[in-house]
Amino acid sequence: MKEICEKRGNKLYVTVPIELDHVEADQLRQEVERMLVDAVIREVIFDFRNTVFMDSSGIGMLMGRQRSMQQMGGCVRVIHAGERIQRILELSGVYKVITIN
Amino acid sequence: MEKTNTNEMMIEFDSYTCNEAFARVAVAAFCTQLNPTLEEVADLKTAVSEAVTNAIIHAYDEKVEKIRIICKIVAHDMYITVIDHGKGIPDVDKAMEPLYTTKPQLERSGMGFAFMEAFMDEITVVSEPGKGTQVHMKKRVGIGTSPFV
Repeated sequence: MKEICEKRGNKLYVTVPIELDHVEADQLRQEVERMLVDAVIREVIFDFRNTVFMDSSGIGMLMGRQRSMQQMGGCVRVIHAGERIQRILELSGVYKVITIN
Repeated sequence: MEKTNTNEMMIEFDSYTCNEAFARVAVAAFCTQLNPTLEEVADLKTAVSEAVTNAIIHAYDEKVEKIRIICKIVAHDMYITVIDHGKGIPDVDKAMEPLYTTKPQLERSGMGFAFMEAFMDEITVVSEPGKGTQVHMKKRVGIGTSPFV
């Protein structure tokens, strides 16, 4: 199985699962937080290319990572979000604090 | 047998987190008879996921109890009711405010009801402390595709 998190320099690339719900969001949070303990990371990049479903649990997970990165002087970015995911990100207002491209 | 334009189903399941995915897929499968668009299916799945997650995390505080979903199709309207017998909501209006959450430590975003409102046409929440919560939702589905047969 391909690793969910991949460290490249001081960036952490996270492959978001197909369905980012409560269960998956909890797992992803643990995984990312574990990586942040071991390494100096300036930016966490969530890659949504495979993701077709997300609910408010996913939003909570993203906002939580944004907060922990901000405390360390870093940031969070979302890439390859499809139309559906973009709509949910916009509705939730997270685009105000997280870069989406 | 005479055909009517209503159809109803009910499921009841334990409040395990893995059943969030089961619940939204079950409702989506039931709704396919209305020939929904992909977007309509996604809207229903998100709304069901939010309501069931609320029941698991808030109503039952992650204890294992029963959650019931009743789906009814009337012509092109999909009615979904999610019922729990958990702790109930003392102030429904407050709970429905975007970004309001009683569990920030669990990284809850406070967007659950806001998403249900955004993706469904109507939502009514009936709740009483100690007696549980019923979330009634309605959405018109499959208009512009083939008619109900």
